[in-house]
Amino acid sequence: MYELYTEHILNHGMNPRHWGILRPADAEFMTDNARCGDSLHLTLRLDNQQRIIAVGWAGETCTISQAAASMLGERIIGKTVAEVETIGINDIFTMLGITVPNNRIPCALLPLKVLTTALYGPDVWYELEMDAL
Amino acid sequence: MDTNVKAAPRAQIYDVDVVRIDFPILQQAHHAGVPLVYLDNAATSQKPFNVLAALDDYYRRYNANVHRGIHKLSEEATAAYEDARVKLAGFINARSRREIIFTRGTTEGINLVAQTWGRAYLKAGDVVLSTEMEHHSNIVPWQMLAAEKDIRVRYVPMLPDGTLDLDAYAAILRDEPVKLVAVTMVSNVLGTINPIMDMARQAHAAGALILVDAAQAAPHMPLDVQALDADFLAFSGHKMLGPTGSGILYGKRALLEAIPPWMGGGDMISRVRLDGSTWNDLPYKFEAGTPAIAEMIGLGYAVDYLTALGMEKIEAHGHALVDYALDQLADVPGLTVYGPDAGQKGAVAAFSLDGIHAHDLVQILDAEGIAVRAGHHCAMPLHDCLGIPATTRASFYIYNTVAEVDALITGLYSAKRLFTR
Repeated sequence: MYELYTEHILNHGMNPRHWGILRPADAEFMTDNARCGDSLHLTLRLDNQQRIIAVGWAGETCTISQAAASMLGERIIGKTVAEVETIGINDIFTMLGITVPNNRIPCALLPLKVLTTALYGPDVWYELEMDAL
Repeated sequence: MDTNVKAAPRAQIYDVDVVRIDFPILQQAHHAGVPLVYLDNAATSQKPFNVLAALDDYYRRYNANVHRGIHKLSEEATAAYEDARVKLAGFINARSRREIIFTRGTTEGINLVAQTWGRAYLKAGDVVLSTEMEHHSNIVPWQMLAAEKDIRVRYVPMLPDGTLDLDAYAAILRDEPVKLVAVTMVSNVLGTINPIMDMARQAHAAGALILVDAAQAAPHMPLDVQALDADFLAFSGHKMLGPTGSGILYGKRALLEAIPPWMGGGDMISRVRLDGSTWNDLPYKFEAGTPAIAEMIGLGYAVDYLTALGMEKIEAHGHALVDYALDQLADVPGLTVYGPDAGQKGAVAAFSLDGIHAHDLVQILDAEGIAVRAGHHCAMPLHDCLGIPATTRASFYIYNTVAEVDALITGLYSAKRLFTR
């Protein structure tokens, strides 16, 4: 009955990986999902080759958002900033493995928004969002 | 689910089951095999047959533009449209139908006052006094006006119990050049019922006007703008069984006559020349262009329905439900209800459940057929000031039942089971 809350989602959502702010951080961004009052904070550590060596999330978000953050964190660890740029909105939906209802799309995309903005700036995220949705 | 013997209302105020039959949307399943429990009435209400029939009848039988035609269809449409206006005037005890302006809702009504009265009469240094509990529609228009003119927006603070600090209200009125008090009659989150009559008296004594946001009041209790002595009062038709796109702005006639129009165009003019135009009489001065004719006629039929049921009975029913709901919610471990207790509360209950995010809670409740809302309900300052997270809000109306409150409680326990591992 609760199609959204699969074992996969609950696993990541209730025990999200890479949780905890990193200090110092090489890249950082924090935002809120204004519609529902959530906030999500991302810190990243990079090596000399612009490879992501540590991911640290924090914030108050719903299970869908937390699950997406956790999965995204696992996906980007060890990848370069250039490789991560290819991750798009559809990748998030595939990662989550559920049909995200319209009202929860902002939840599902919040971690990607924060990551994209942290690494590439708000304009890149804006374009991604405008094109895809 | 056993009914809670200590709290179940004994006397029937009216037969809710009979009322429910009038609302076709309540007869359908929400999901397969799961009946709809609609508890999001603060957002919008469902519509009874007579309103639906009125909309259909208008478009099938006498759809024509109003006020400008002499042919029979236009006459009939105009009569029905103006008849609705008279009904709305009676509904709030306005002195005249000319004091009833048709709008799209409360938000539009408040913006209208800000952009007309506010622009024309507020001067540099003047203060608009809003409150910390207001819906964004009674905050943002004043902030936007403050960006245009050199005025300040101040806010009556809230006490921790979710009521207004009336001592602070009196002090601000005394110490600042307040020209307008903009206050909600019933909070759309906490259900707090504000003492509008007293606040109006104090405002007037201090030389200020009062604008009342009655969005959560007009559907739920008898309203008398004479008794309140409100200068402006706005509410939404769609929250009181009327169609979406229907709403009312009430203003005292002398005030409305003295302020300039908002939107310019057809119908709000008397004479248009290339070198200038003159305005039409009230209320048309504020109703430019083709109105939402069907919607306002539908709203008139909504008033008929509510009046037949009786606003005192509706108020009592809402009160009994929220009283029962608060009792039941108090027994759920980890659940916090915000705002005053049932005695001072409208038919709204905002709450949070430990360890479960509001969005997830509402998603589970939806799977159980229950429609409630999560977030800050267009009241971010209220949530910030009280330090509460996004809340889940259940809001009741004439067709909701004790059994539906029980279903909500059962749903909360279902959510607890899923998210506590």
